[in-house]
Amino acid sequence: MSFINYMAREINCKLVYYGPGLCGKTTNLQYIYERTNPDAKGKMISLATETERTLFFDFLPLSLGEIRGFKTRFHLYTVPGQVFYDASRKLILKGVDGVIFVADSQIERTEANLESVENLRTNLAEQGYSLDKLPYVVQYNKRDLPNVASVEELRQMINPTNVPDYEAVARTGVGVFDTLKAVAKLVLTELRKGGT
Amino acid sequence: MINPQMVMYEEEFNQIQAVVDRLVRDANAKVVFIVDKNGQLIAASGDIDNVDTTSLASLTAGNIAATGGMAKLLKENEFATQFHEGEKANIHIQLVGNRVILVVIFDSRSSLGLVRLRVKKASEELNGIFESLLKKVAEPGADSPFAEITDEDIDNLFND
Repeated sequence: MSFINYMAREINCKLVYYGPGLCGKTTNLQYIYERTNPDAKGKMISLATETERTLFFDFLPLSLGEIRGFKTRFHLYTVPGQVFYDASRKLILKGVDGVIFVADSQIERTEANLESVENLRTNLAEQGYSLDKLPYVVQYNKRDLPNVASVEELRQMINPTNVPDYEAVARTGVGVFDTLKAVAKLVLTELRKGGT
Repeated sequence: MINPQMVMYEEEFNQIQAVVDRLVRDANAKVVFIVDKNGQLIAASGDIDNVDTTSLASLTAGNIAATGGMAKLLKENEFATQFHEGEKANIHIQLVGNRVILVVIFDSRSSLGLVRLRVKKASEELNGIFESLLKKVAEPGADSPFAEITDEDIDNLFND
């Protein structure tokens, strides 16, 4: 649910990075954080376990600039990927404006990707959202690893509805901003369509 | 539309800000702020230059969401009030009308009793303001400033 503030002349949107455990959601945010001007970002918050696995969420506020005199601000969230944190994942999806599904391209993570994308669909539906109607992009991460599935295979499995998808190596930043820009564009386009 | 927008107009913003400003004084608080349940900061007052309100807003919403999840498991509707006591700073969190969250940060210059008392009154006022705001937003003809934007506007945002 975007938040339009006429007083402050700004618009706030919520983006959520979803995906199986260790697929690179936090790494996406870390790269964005490192490569963004200090005046365009807030503090990045990570609620993680001692072993740096996301426990609740990561949060990064980002300003993208102005449209027609309104500052556009995006709140980026990740969810905890591990299966047993499902209750937390549901909470973070509340009020979401756009979703990025980060898939782990490694062949042995095929099952985990499928399970996670199904979980995303279910959790959204529980809150009355449909993944098919929400601004949604897919990122095939870890393309630099040797044992990866082909993009065609991944697309067939994870992205049957053919939403915009991107190859990425989040660790080095390949594809990270392309993915973010794509979903931000979809969210803004949706705002135009939706009106109030 | 499945995803109704939260909209804030000048009139209601000023009313909300007045309540928040007064609560800072009446409760001897350091900082008071209002967050919607999705973590968006709506208004803030007090010593806000020394506090990262954006981060606090997001964490408060997460906290309320998690507490709401616990309530559900215990077949409670919600836990409307939370209080965190620190060595120097304390945080009082109050759910207002199951819609927005009122957060008061205070130190030893105030007390939990005073904060609770003042929060109660402020909550009632805020509830009224948000109710009329929601009605206004639901009225047809309230146009979005984004209805007119073009693809070019959006593209321009991403030209590095």
